[in-house]
Amino acid sequence: MNLTLKIWRQNGPEDRGRMVTYQVEDVSPDMSFLEMLDVLNERLTLAGEEPVAFDHDCREGICGMCGMVINGVAHGEQRATTTCQLHMRHFKDGDTVTIEPWRAAPFPVIKDLVVDRSSFDRIIQAGGFISVPTGAAPDAHSVPVPKDAADAAFDAATCIGCGACVAACPNGSASLFTAAKVTHLGLLPQGQPERASRAKAMVEQMDAEGFGGCTNTGECTAVCPKGIPLDAIARMNADYLKASK
Amino acid sequence: MSGILRRVGEWRVGAPIADTRAPEGPIEERWDKRRFSAKLVNPANKRKLTVIVVGTGLAGGSAAATLGELGYNVKSFCYQDSPRRAHSIAAQGGINAAKNYRGDGDSVFRLFYDTVKGGDFRSRESNVYRLAQVSVNIIDQAVAQGVPFAREYGGLLDNRSFGGAQVSRTFYARGQTGQQLLLGAYQALERQVAAGTVEMHTRHEMLELIVSDGRARGIVVRDMVTGEIETHLADAVVLASGGYGNVFYLSTNAKGCNTTAIWRAHRRGAYFANPCYTQIHPTCIPVSGDYQSKLTLMSESLRNDGRVWVPLRKGDERPPAQIPEDERDYYLERIYPAFGNLVPRDIASRAAKNVCDEGRGVGPGGLGVYLDFADAIARLGREAVEKKYGNLFEMYERITGENPYEAPMRIYPAVHYTMGGLWVDYDLQSSIPGLFVVGEANFSDHGANRLGASALMQGLADGYFVLPTTVGDYLAGAGTFGQVDQDAVDEAVDRVKEKISRLLAVNGTRTADSFHRELGRIMWDYCGMERTEESLRKALERIPELREEFWNNVKVPGDPEGLNQALERAGRVADFFELAELMCVDALHRSESCGGHFRAESQDADGEALRDDDEFAYVAAWEWTPDGPVLHKEELDYEYVKMTQRSYK
Repeated sequence: MNLTLKIWRQNGPEDRGRMVTYQVEDVSPDMSFLEMLDVLNERLTLAGEEPVAFDHDCREGICGMCGMVINGVAHGEQRATTTCQLHMRHFKDGDTVTIEPWRAAPFPVIKDLVVDRSSFDRIIQAGGFISVPTGAAPDAHSVPVPKDAADAAFDAATCIGCGACVAACPNGSASLFTAAKVTHLGLLPQGQPERASRAKAMVEQMDAEGFGGCTNTGECTAVCPKGIPLDAIARMNADYLKASK
Repeated sequence: MSGILRRVGEWRVGAPIADTRAPEGPIEERWDKRRFSAKLVNPANKRKLTVIVVGTGLAGGSAAATLGELGYNVKSFCYQDSPRRAHSIAAQGGINAAKNYRGDGDSVFRLFYDTVKGGDFRSRESNVYRLAQVSVNIIDQAVAQGVPFAREYGGLLDNRSFGGAQVSRTFYARGQTGQQLLLGAYQALERQVAAGTVEMHTRHEMLELIVSDGRARGIVVRDMVTGEIETHLADAVVLASGGYGNVFYLSTNAKGCNTTAIWRAHRRGAYFANPCYTQIHPTCIPVSGDYQSKLTLMSESLRNDGRVWVPLRKGDERPPAQIPEDERDYYLERIYPAFGNLVPRDIASRAAKNVCDEGRGVGPGGLGVYLDFADAIARLGREAVEKKYGNLFEMYERITGENPYEAPMRIYPAVHYTMGGLWVDYDLQSSIPGLFVVGEANFSDHGANRLGASALMQGLADGYFVLPTTVGDYLAGAGTFGQVDQDAVDEAVDRVKEKISRLLAVNGTRTADSFHRELGRIMWDYCGMERTEESLRKALERIPELREEFWNNVKVPGDPEGLNQALERAGRVADFFELAELMCVDALHRSESCGGHFRAESQDADGEALRDDDEFAYVAAWEWTPDGPVLHKEELDYEYVKMTQRSYK
């Protein structure tokens, strides 16, 4: 198939940036979206033009490094799918596809489709852990964890930190990302001692980074590649309120 | 980079080496002895000592976090935008530990035995025993950190069996065990960043090692956002930069995985051990076209319930559902009745290659075999299968557009892991004092073949438990290290800058990716699942020619300043070229078959790998010299596990 791509090009954080149109031919339906961009970049390079910069690494949907807004939707229209796992069989010949970076003030653009997501690391630094130095752990079977709690904690822990939730949110909120970690650790017995302080510190850091507040729009969970549910945010809010009393 | 063509496959033999750090005595006491003999650093002095850790996967992340907790001044580096992205995150199946929670006969000794045997008697007994010992601590640590392992209704941890073992000792978190363990290490690391003990440098790539007065004292890195070349000095350097499977271009590694950090260290004097030991994983999604940028693994845990088969008849092109039972060949169950579909990876991979070579492969190009869940679905119900493997089935469907609940998966082997790596002693210290190497980047524990669910175990054993002790012992002598020689720093920086300018100046007609693809093809065809003297000599002719062309015809766009992904890739490909040659030399010199290294000349009547223990029971540690590689042999002794020909029949 042949496609028209409209791609955001921005040469550094200070550049204003603009959409640039490219044609790509002979796209195979079995290609991944990123492989289609590889083909474009190969061609641009040989033509002496600057290839399009984009982040990617594992290309199997788990590292969370890739992410672009495709036709207005973070990671594209395919549900529960990262950009690298989106395949060209979901497009058709003659389509025009717009490709933009995550847009949010706490995710400044570095170049083209590459953004700086270090704000996410700082939210984890604020409290997204259980304080247990190496070697200090009791036997793994000393504290049984009910299967339901372990499964629910796992579901929240599958967040890959890609930032699609922020890109999709009209408020640019990082609530789903933050809540996923608060939920994961807050559901386990090991996470109880720091549960309240963790929620408070992480929410405060999220605010300090300039992320917006949650108004229960639900765009975040709709684009989340791992399907983190919206009720994680309710749990985070409850823990935050308890900590703030 | 040298344009001099040496004679094909030439090497010299140097003095033998020994692992001088492994204590003597009963194997179960050796690690305790070493821990006790290791010198300690006074807490007030730890703050004044700097340790650099390159890479933030399971080994590097856990090492940096633990060293930070101990009070050292740690600098951690990764090329990704966050330490959480390291490729350990993609490990699916699980992590082994000798907990014996099943009561099915497991023990530290059995895990040790299985690992030595699985490694085809090419690993060190002392190291492997220690690995099995600390495996139990890893599970405790991970659970305390909040890693949500799978549990049973009673609230206790669940286990499953895995290839190469007859006990259930694998702990797992659905099909995302690596992700959950890495996030545990990442969170511990970020906790130390917040505490001020670890300074994190993301989007920084190590391009050179600084060796001063014979000791590793720092690294040269490129800030991948600004393009600035920076030097960072330290009292010890830890490389945790992962494996080099991407030398084959197509592999299950992440796109960014590369050999540059360990290859640069090798060029500065660190021995490279057993580079030819590569693991080809039997259950990957087959290649679909020339544009293919990577291969995707389907966890080996699928072999617990999936049955591997091909049509009995050559060229049978009926859809799988129309092939009756008696016209199918469940070849693993047929050839290996004791282990069946759970034989180790190297054996399963080669068996798949053999049936495809016979013309019985399925799917496009005949390069695939079926992995069929019909029996499991009939026995357990679709829901139970979905619970166990749901995310893997989804991933398969997303990539291939086929539904594995209705038709069997098609799988084919792909490069997955490299057992070889920088040579280290029992302390995980390389042949350069002060340079430590952990995780997949070293060679130490898996011999010629790694068992499933053992990579996560080794990465975390090294990072959480072994390295913090042994680095401390080394740093206790830091008072005598002296100032870093400024000339050594300047030379390292000059080498980096010179290479970057050279790459940008060529301005040829082919992209670095196109060279990489061609190199990968050479390696897969001539140094892949099956190697012969002839194929390896051919590779050793082709690689220098292609490398020469690369340096005369590569096109790297852009500037040295700022984000330049094409430049990053070109630099890595340049190092892959040099490594590829060493891999072929190693594969050529080792004229026996063992584990993942199968030399067609060395097989028994049934086509199984035939070791030559009289000649080759050693670690091949290669020294880099301008006149070609020099081989140093480390003899391997087996006191506890009797060397036998592996049999899974």
